[in-house]
Amino acid sequence: MADSGAAGGQLISEGDYVVLKREDVFKAVQVQRRKKVIFEKQWIFLDNVIGKHYGTVFEITGGGNLQTKSNVVASAEPKEAGADNRNIVDDGKSQKLTREDIEALKEKGIKGQEIVQQLIENSATFRDKTEFAQEKYRNKKKKKYEASITILKPSTRILAIMYYAREPGKICQLRYDTLAQMLTLGNIHAGSKVLVMETCAGLVLGSVMERMGGYGSVVQMYSGGGPVRAATDCFGFPKSFYETLYEFPLIKLDALISGTGHYSCQVIPAEENAEKTDEESSRSDCEKQEASRDVVGDCIAEESEESMETSRPENEEGLKSCGNVSANHKGSRNLDKEQFAIEKKRKQDERRKRESEAAKLLQDRNADGLIIASRFHPTPLLLTLLEFLSPSRPFVVYCQYKEPLLECYTKLREKGGVINLKLSETWLRHYQVLPDRSHPKLVMSSGGGYILHGITVARDTTKANKSSPEGTEEPAPKKLKVAEDTS
Amino acid sequence: MSFAEYKELIQDGDTAIVFLGHESMFPVTIQQGGQTQTKYGVIRHSTDLIGKCYGSKVTCSKGGWVYILYPTPELWTMNLPHRTQILYSTDISMITMMLELKPGSVVCESGTGSGSLSHAIIRTVAPTGHLYTVEFHQQRAEKAMEEFKQHKVDHLVTVRNQDVCKNGFGVSHVADAVFLDIPSPWEAIGHAKDALKTEGGRLCSFSPCIEQVQRTCLALNEHGFAEINTLEILLRTYDVRTVSLQIPNFGKAVEEKENPESGDASKPLSGSQQGCALLKSGISPRETVGHTGYLTFAHQEFI
Repeated sequence: MADSGAAGGQLISEGDYVVLKREDVFKAVQVQRRKKVIFEKQWIFLDNVIGKHYGTVFEITGGGNLQTKSNVVASAEPKEAGADNRNIVDDGKSQKLTREDIEALKEKGIKGQEIVQQLIENSATFRDKTEFAQEKYRNKKKKKYEASITILKPSTRILAIMYYAREPGKICQLRYDTLAQMLTLGNIHAGSKVLVMETCAGLVLGSVMERMGGYGSVVQMYSGGGPVRAATDCFGFPKSFYETLYEFPLIKLDALISGTGHYSCQVIPAEENAEKTDEESSRSDCEKQEASRDVVGDCIAEESEESMETSRPENEEGLKSCGNVSANHKGSRNLDKEQFAIEKKRKQDERRKRESEAAKLLQDRNADGLIIASRFHPTPLLLTLLEFLSPSRPFVVYCQYKEPLLECYTKLREKGGVINLKLSETWLRHYQVLPDRSHPKLVMSSGGGYILHGITVARDTTKANKSSPEGTEEPAPKKLKVAEDTS
Repeated sequence: MSFAEYKELIQDGDTAIVFLGHESMFPVTIQQGGQTQTKYGVIRHSTDLIGKCYGSKVTCSKGGWVYILYPTPELWTMNLPHRTQILYSTDISMITMMLELKPGSVVCESGTGSGSLSHAIIRTVAPTGHLYTVEFHQQRAEKAMEEFKQHKVDHLVTVRNQDVCKNGFGVSHVADAVFLDIPSPWEAIGHAKDALKTEGGRLCSFSPCIEQVQRTCLALNEHGFAEINTLEILLRTYDVRTVSLQIPNFGKAVEEKENPESGDASKPLSGSQQGCALLKSGISPRETVGHTGYLTFAHQEFI
């Protein structure tokens, strides 16, 4: 599944962020030589993928090495199939190979393809099965024994699907079709100035950055010590994209709104404040991860733990100094203390500089879009952040639950300055399409969250008292006016 | 004004959206000296619109007012003149994400139809990408071209008037993604493969009927497409309302003196003081769109 990017680099190189795919399971990793990666309960090394095309299919050989899969065309066996299952009895004896036999075959390092062939040959009932049942049987065995891994270039599509399947708790259960709606309804495109407030591991931020292609600017609002960008880093954006990315702490927003002077003299005490909340927030993040692991369940608990390991170094290496500060402390303990102090000072200065740039961008109050997807109550976030938008610009708020958005809707109406408010949800249904066997897939996801979106308009400053009744029920005053006109 | 970038002030020649309130809006082309009639009276372009900010409230001649909005592809989709059935933003957003469109992407589309999806694609691939769109109906192709020019995005799109099933997209090995919304997409799969870059790319086909999907999937298989995946996305909307539920009267002898019929639904107001519970609810409309089309996605591997 080679991504089509306009960028020339279609070959996998060391240091690239890639996505491993086996069947419908994805995992994001960074390609490093001699580094063990666990994927679907198997240890693998990625050394051999370097220099290959994105989209190449690999199989696992001894020692966890990957090798390009030779696409051997399955030998055309004589087609022999039953018409129905009236004579097929489940006596548990149809497979002549025992568990031990199969284990022995695997030990010998026999190719998965051959194991499947042996299983079919040793199945007494295979010939009596219908053609459809044979195909189903074969596919099931292939899935188990012919493990092939595809290396993909990361994209919003892949990462959003991956996160929703693997770690939905970390992204507030934001399903990928809901994310797609947000990007479209928010009119996210190159050249805009977009505000993002998210606690979705940086997935929403990354998807916004992908759609902007490095043109324009993004201001990420964050709570606690710094923005979380584990998922953002998985996109493998070029450095130039990060030059258009700014961050600003929510905790200083009040100061910013109440006036420039006030904001600038607040900088130093607020900095301390941020340090303090830092540990608190990282602690609460850990708790959250704990919780999400429970949700994910035992079967992939081991994997999610592992993926967190990989997300740590990503943070440290991230272009922003704002990753997990406590982790940074630990990593650099061996450094000379003085050097450490200088480095810290430099980072702090850099951070302060970026922050004042972000403040400037906000103060212009002419942002082109606002995207909110967080675990916080959406109403205060939206009411505050809308202040920074130009009129006639879309905004989108995601919430895992419907009720806070109902309240948000009402409050926005009372406040005014917005039109075309819509509350919605999308349903996503997958289909199996096969000759004579087409139907909706058995299982569909039932919780992908809710979206409230609308458009900002110029606030009525002349008759403030008149705008409040207009706000409560949009169509009402219009009707009144028409009635007046006709009378 | 351009559909691909924002601008602050309304200018002569712009396309703008007049928002009258609650689901009611229409597009207007701004012209020096032009006039637009609304149910609240006339809007004079030169004095009421040109030079004003997008998002402003504009007072009409009879004293009513409207908002003038910047035209986004989503607003355009809701307001464009239909020449065909169109794709709406719910499907469009899924198509955009699953085709992995972004600035710089090169996309082939057929048919152009009314240009609903085209505007959304152009917005997403700008400023460095391009859309090659094919429409076999001459009048529709010309009209689309006119609109792209009017919307100042014509440098980002090429419209071809030909039959995609016979003549393909008119380009080969340039596209990152192909989108098909035609009655017989299976006849265009070969051309789609030819249009995609040699390093591969993504394809989407939109069809209302499952039989069309069947044939398309077979053709995709034959042409070596992988990861064939069919899905359907449905929009559920909610109206936010305050609803009141009456509290049943069990004959408690409190203040039930002069209201013997308090349980009667014909007197809902009587209960509002004492016997009602108010709550906010998101109410589904009585009817909604249950099916637009199946979206089939596929991937062409490195050729």
